[in-house]
Amino acid sequence: MINTKYFLKGFFCIKDLNSPAVALAASFIAIGALFKNIGLNIQESVFSTFLTYALPGSLIMAESLMVGASLLNIFLAVWLVNARLYPMTVSLFPLLMHKSQPKLKYYLACHFIAVSAWLIMKENYKSVKRKYRLDYWIGVGAANLSVAISATAFGFFIADYLNKDMMVGLAIVNPIYFLCVMVNAMKSIQMILAVILGSIFGILFYFISPDWCILFGGFTAGTLAFYMGELNVN
Amino acid sequence: MSINIVLAILATSSATYISRFFGVITSNKVKETSKIFRWFNCLAYSTLSALLARIIIFPVGALSEVSYLIRLTVVLFCLFIFFISKRNFVYPTVISAIMMTLLSEYL
Repeated sequence: MINTKYFLKGFFCIKDLNSPAVALAASFIAIGALFKNIGLNIQESVFSTFLTYALPGSLIMAESLMVGASLLNIFLAVWLVNARLYPMTVSLFPLLMHKSQPKLKYYLACHFIAVSAWLIMKENYKSVKRKYRLDYWIGVGAANLSVAISATAFGFFIADYLNKDMMVGLAIVNPIYFLCVMVNAMKSIQMILAVILGSIFGILFYFISPDWCILFGGFTAGTLAFYMGELNVN
Repeated sequence: MSINIVLAILATSSATYISRFFGVITSNKVKETSKIFRWFNCLAYSTLSALLARIIIFPVGALSEVSYLIRLTVVLFCLFIFFISKRNFVYPTVISAIMMTLLSEYL
């Protein structure tokens, strides 16, 4: 079912110096501590990271639980903030498609779509044979998810030793890492425009609707970047 | 496990999985050489960028307790470190945590 050689090759990407392991671990340590502080037990904390594996969604769930929001509210708020996973999947999975791979495997492997694994795969996919890209991707995703789960458990157990300033320090690590990766990805006119316009429109749309700013801002900026880039090429 | 927390986790995970699931369905019809693939690529990067901007400028959780000036200082300094370290991801990441902890404690 899974080619072990390519799975392990993907899995051990996490050891690279520039891998997101540190940023990912720092964020999920903070999430683990937050889960403990709002009253989740260790099983619930680990279960949440295993099933959700998306940081902003977990954060929204935690805050919603604190204010006693309804399940429908939680569902809609998380769906809105995690809708970014849709374009991320569509911009990655066509690169992994191969007729020899069973369809079901893609539906299971999409659970690993998250910024950290997505960025590794976008950077490395060309170096992997098309037939084995899905196995490589599963390896990358499994490694990242393992780090996230371990860090959540670790954060849960050390929650009592983390003060407010340490939590703030842990919370900034992930945005800074991804900001650097995004800046590094600005190699074509479309990517430069997508990243710069995305941040501008994301902020502008916040003043219209804080809930929809990521989707509307991202959609407007991405579409503009695409057309401006195409015009530039033509 | 208390039942409402389990239901909240299930609601969160299913709301997250929906986007991934529909992404795979759409991917079956998209070719990597097509314009629509390039458009989705732009959408993915711009949406991530919008998310990052929101986390840094209008954060929720622990970061919201730190002033805007401190957040901006840390971001700009870490970008500076990123460029002078020949685009190394580790230095700015580690420095950001230390700098943010110290600044939020002493300022």
